Amino acid sequence: MTDITALSAEATIPQKTRLQLALRKPGFLIGAFIIGVSAMLALMPGVFAPYDPNLIDYVAVKQPPSWAHPFGTDMLGRDSLSRVIFAYKVNMQMAILATVFAMTIGVIVGALVGYYRGFADMIFGRVVDAVITFPFLVLVIAVVAVLGPGLINMYIAITLVGWVYYARLMRAEVIAQMGNDYASAGVVMGYSDRRIIFRHLLPNAITPVIVYWMTDMALAILLGSSLGYLGLGAQPPQAEWGVLIAEGRNFITTAWWLSLMPGIAIVLTGLGFSLLGDGLADLLRPRG
Amino acid sequence: MASIQYILKRLLLMIPTFFLVMIIIFLLVRFLPGDPAIAIAGDRASDADLEAIRERLGLNQPMLVQFWLFVTNTLQGDLGRSILLRAPVIDVIFDRLPTTIFLTLYAVTLSLLIAGPLAFVAALNRNKWPDAVIRTVFQVGLSMPVFYIGLILLTFLAAQLRWFPVGGYGDTFVERLHHMFLPSVTVALYTSAIIMRNLRSAIIEVLDAEYVQFARAKGLPDRLVLGRHVLRNALISTVTLLGLSIGNLMSGTLVTETVFAVPGVGRLMLEAIFARDYPLIQGLTLTFAVLVSVVFLLTDLFQSTLDPRMRLT
Repeated sequence: MTDITALSAEATIPQKTRLQLALRKPGFLIGAFIIGVSAMLALMPGVFAPYDPNLIDYVAVKQPPSWAHPFGTDMLGRDSLSRVIFAYKVNMQMAILATVFAMTIGVIVGALVGYYRGFADMIFGRVVDAVITFPFLVLVIAVVAVLGPGLINMYIAITLVGWVYYARLMRAEVIAQMGNDYASAGVVMGYSDRRIIFRHLLPNAITPVIVYWMTDMALAILLGSSLGYLGLGAQPPQAEWGVLIAEGRNFITTAWWLSLMPGIAIVLTGLGFSLLGDGLADLLRPRG
Repeated sequence: MASIQYILKRLLLMIPTFFLVMIIIFLLVRFLPGDPAIAIAGDRASDADLEAIRERLGLNQPMLVQFWLFVTNTLQGDLGRSILLRAPVIDVIFDRLPTTIFLTLYAVTLSLLIAGPLAFVAALNRNKWPDAVIRTVFQVGLSMPVFYIGLILLTFLAAQLRWFPVGGYGDTFVERLHHMFLPSVTVALYTSAIIMRNLRSAIIEVLDAEYVQFARAKGLPDRLVLGRHVLRNALISTVTLLGLSIGNLMSGTLVTETVFAVPGVGRLMLEAIFARDYPLIQGLTLTFAVLVSVVFLLTDLFQSTLDPRMRLT
C-alpha cells in the first residue's frame, strides 16, 4: 500500500481530496468491504466456520439448509458452509499466487524492453504475438497437462502465460513515460540506466499495472475455480469453490445448494475485486 | 477494401509468429511426462516395439531434427495419430471443429442481440437508473464463471422446466439451434458483458463527438443520427473488440462444451489431456492458435476496410 501513496504524490490533485472522492463512491466502498471480509475469512477460516470442513457424518447426508447447517450438508454429511468458508483460504490465495509472480516478471521484462528497445524488444514483440495467439485457457491447461494437475502446477502454468500481459502493459507505459522531461533529465544528469528505470520510470508507469492487477485477481479466481471444476486445479477433498461446485454437480436436482452456494462466493469475491479495481483506477488516475 | 499490399504484409507478419507458436507447442509436448512410445504402444509392449515406434516418429533423433519433422509434417497436414481415438488427428479435429464453430458463431450472434440494445439504452440514459441497473447486472455477469452460468441454466431450464434438451447436438439445423441454445447463451452471457461495457462507452464517445453534435444541431432526426453516425462507428469498435476477444470466447467455449457435453474441439481437448494423448493435444493446441490468428486477421481487414485510419503503415 505504501507504493500507492508514493504514486499519488506525483499527481496534481492532493491525496486527501482523491481519497475523499473515492470514499464517496459506493462501488469502491462495497468492493473494499467485500475484499476485507473475504481476506478475514481466508486468514482465519477456523474462527468463522461452525464445523470442521472435513468432518464426515453419514447420518446427516445431503441435508437441505437449516439453522444447524445454513448451507446444508454434502453427500458425505460435511457442513457446506464450513467448506465454503475454508475454501476462502485456497481461493484468495489463488488470487494472489496466480498473479503476483506474473506481475513481477512482467513489470521487470516490460520495463527493460520498453527502455532498451532494439533486438530484445523485437523478439519480445513476436513472443507476445505468439502467446496471445493461444486462447489463455488452452495454453494454461496445456501447461497443466505437462506438469500434472494440482494447485502449484496451476500457479506455474498461469504465471508462464500471464506475465506476457503485464509485460506488454508495462512496456507501453514505460515508452510513454520516456517521452516526459524527467526521463531525459535523468539521462542528462548521468544517472545509471538501472536508476532511471527502477527509481524514476517504474513508479510512474506502474499505475495501470496495479489497476489491471485487481481485475486479474478476479480473473485468477474465475480461472482457478474453472480449473478446479474441470479437475485440473485443486484436488478433492480440498475445499475449493470450483471443486465444491463440481462435487455438487451430480446431485444438482436433489441437493442444489451444494453447487449454488460456492458459486455465490465466487461471484461476490470477483465483484469485490472488480469494484475495488474501478475505485483504484479513479484514485490513481493522473488527471482528475 | 483493404489493399492487396496490406493483406500481403499482414500475412507475412504471421510467419515469424507462427514459427514461435510451433516452437511453443513442440516444447510443451516434449516436456510431457512419460515416454510417448509407451503411451502409444501400452505398458506391455516389448522393447523392440517401442524402438520401432521411436524410429517411426523420429523420437530417437536430435531435438532440431524432431522439430524440423514436426514443422514439415504439420505443413503437410500430418498431425500424427490420436492415441485415444485411434485415428489421424487431423480427421478427428475436422470432425469436431464444425460443432465448435457453430457454437461460437451462435454465441456471438446472441451476445450482440443481448448487448447491443442494452448498451444503447444505457448510453442514452447515461448515469440515470436504467444505466445503473444494466451496468450492475453485467458487472455481476462478468464475475460469474462460465461453468457456473452453464450449470444454473442446465439445472433450471433443461432439467427442471424441460424447455431444452440436457445434452446432445441435434441432426437438423433447427434441432441444432434448439440443442445448442443453452450452451450458446452461456457463452453469450459472458461475452455480452464485455461487449456491453465497451459498446456503451463507444456510443457515449460518438454521441459527444463534434460531428454528431453538429448533425443534431442542423436538425437531423435522432433516428438518422443514431443509425448513420453512432451505430456505424460503434459497430467498428464492437467488431474489433469481438475479434480481439476470440481467445476469451474460445476459452469460454471449451468450458461450456464440457458442462453441456457438446462434442466439439474444446471437450476433445480435455479428453485428450486426461488421456495424455499427446499428438491430439498438440494438434488441438495448434488448431486453436490457427483459429485465433484467422480471426485476428479478419478483424484487422474488417477494421482497415471500415476505418482507413487503422491501416497498417
